[in-house]
Amino acid sequence: MRKVYLDHAATTPVHPKVLEAMMPYFSGKFGNPSNLHDIGREAKNAVEEARAKTALLIGAKPEEIFFTSSGAESNNFALKGLAQANSQKGKHIILSQIEHFSLLHPAKTLEKSGFTVTYLPTDKTGLVSPDDVAKAITKETILVSIMHANNEIGTIEPIEEISRITKEKGVLFHTDAVATTGWVPVNVDSLGVDALSLSGHQFYGPKGAAALYVRKGVRIKPQIEGGIQEDGRRAGTENVPALVGLGKAAELASAEVQNRMHATSQLRDKLQKGLQDHIEDMVINGHPERRLPHNLNVSFWYVEGESMLLFLNMEGISVSSGSACTSRSLKSSHVLTCIGTDAAVANGTLLLTLGTGTGAEDVDYVIEKLPPIVQRLREMSPLYEDMVKKKRSATR
Amino acid sequence: MEQYSSKVMDHFAHPHNVGEIENADGVGTVGNPVCGDVMRLYIRVENNIINDAKFKTFGCGAAIATSSMVTDLVKGKSIDEALKISNAAVAEALGGLPKVKMHCSVLAEEALKSALDDYYKKQGKPSPVQIPAEAGHEHEME
Repeated sequence: MRKVYLDHAATTPVHPKVLEAMMPYFSGKFGNPSNLHDIGREAKNAVEEARAKTALLIGAKPEEIFFTSSGAESNNFALKGLAQANSQKGKHIILSQIEHFSLLHPAKTLEKSGFTVTYLPTDKTGLVSPDDVAKAITKETILVSIMHANNEIGTIEPIEEISRITKEKGVLFHTDAVATTGWVPVNVDSLGVDALSLSGHQFYGPKGAAALYVRKGVRIKPQIEGGIQEDGRRAGTENVPALVGLGKAAELASAEVQNRMHATSQLRDKLQKGLQDHIEDMVINGHPERRLPHNLNVSFWYVEGESMLLFLNMEGISVSSGSACTSRSLKSSHVLTCIGTDAAVANGTLLLTLGTGTGAEDVDYVIEKLPPIVQRLREMSPLYEDMVKKKRSATR
Repeated sequence: MEQYSSKVMDHFAHPHNVGEIENADGVGTVGNPVCGDVMRLYIRVENNIINDAKFKTFGCGAAIATSSMVTDLVKGKSIDEALKISNAAVAEALGGLPKVKMHCSVLAEEALKSALDDYYKKQGKPSPVQIPAEAGHEHEME
């Protein structure tokens, strides 16, 4: 059976060249980078090389890169670290309502300790308005955090416009670029941000290696204390092989990001058209143009996400769903709720994210398999039955 | 999916009694598209025995499996026996459900009770059925 993995937003496989680069650092060059002996130095050099490659990918200086274990950690570090280090200037923070939970939850925690947070809405395509940001900034505002692109609906935010505003008002600007780094060009100066999160396993690096960029001169309070690593900003013996992997993945991304963007967006568009040609009553979520190249978020009326996911899984196709049933909290996607998707339709959402390994035949296979699944579930659905009966009696 | 037993997956992939019954003796529709589950159960009753049952469901794997199972459990039963079918019985017949999916079995029980209640109303008889208002939709909040 053909296996088609279309959940690259969840994770990507480690690139063979990345794995090759990592291998020497498990048992061969296994040292602790903090040690002065040769074994330690060897490991230290590897980490610093990875740091330089990561910095190059985003147009930063190596000393502005702080390694973490994950995008979630980078986000927690950014929000709490920047807020706490700059709280003498004010205690107001601005986020969008569609940020990842690894920013929304720490924001709630900060609210409990005396900070106030404004959560900006988006329009129905998921775009944050720079005007809204400008209006929300007060003399108490110290930090704005708006994601570069939303991992669910793919919408790419107007970061450059927002950073012009934050610079003018003297407010720090962090962006969660976990979904964009490695897929579209990311440059901290063009974007105009003071801090940026990225994560290796999103772009063919290993899990467990991520980074927070912090512009030189910006104060940040360490969250994991008790070690000299990361220039005293983040304690913990470095995951050397994983960081080496992150560096290699960054190097590959630097060279290939334009090709990646063009190739995957073409296939994604082909998939979108194929589904639109064969399935009625479906909605594409997110911005039609300003979108991640590999992202397709689609809601189907009258059917539920988990059941589509199960049938697709039986056909060897892996995707994600935004339905209430697939979330542990039994609530449907907060992103879809924010953009105004009808709650019932939000439960019939699939998120398909392509990768560099996805081919035209894979796309054809999904176009072949998904429409009959949707039709079968519609024939079992009381909502579809009601719609059909309504249509019939309306045409009489 | 390892969270579902093979019996649940079987009822999901090959559900029993999908469809509608024209001029059914009882129809019950429960649930809410906002929550992601809607079940509709049709029953045909003759001489106090449920001789046919069909369902339509909008919902996840467990929702479809519990709907299918409840139709199996009621066919051939008397009205009185059907009134006693509990969500626990549905879940047990399926070999168990993940804790977070137990509410689907509750919804199946409610769909059955709703269809039985409708049967009594159509017969012009007082209904002994108690349908808890909004029950079965307690979501575990974070």
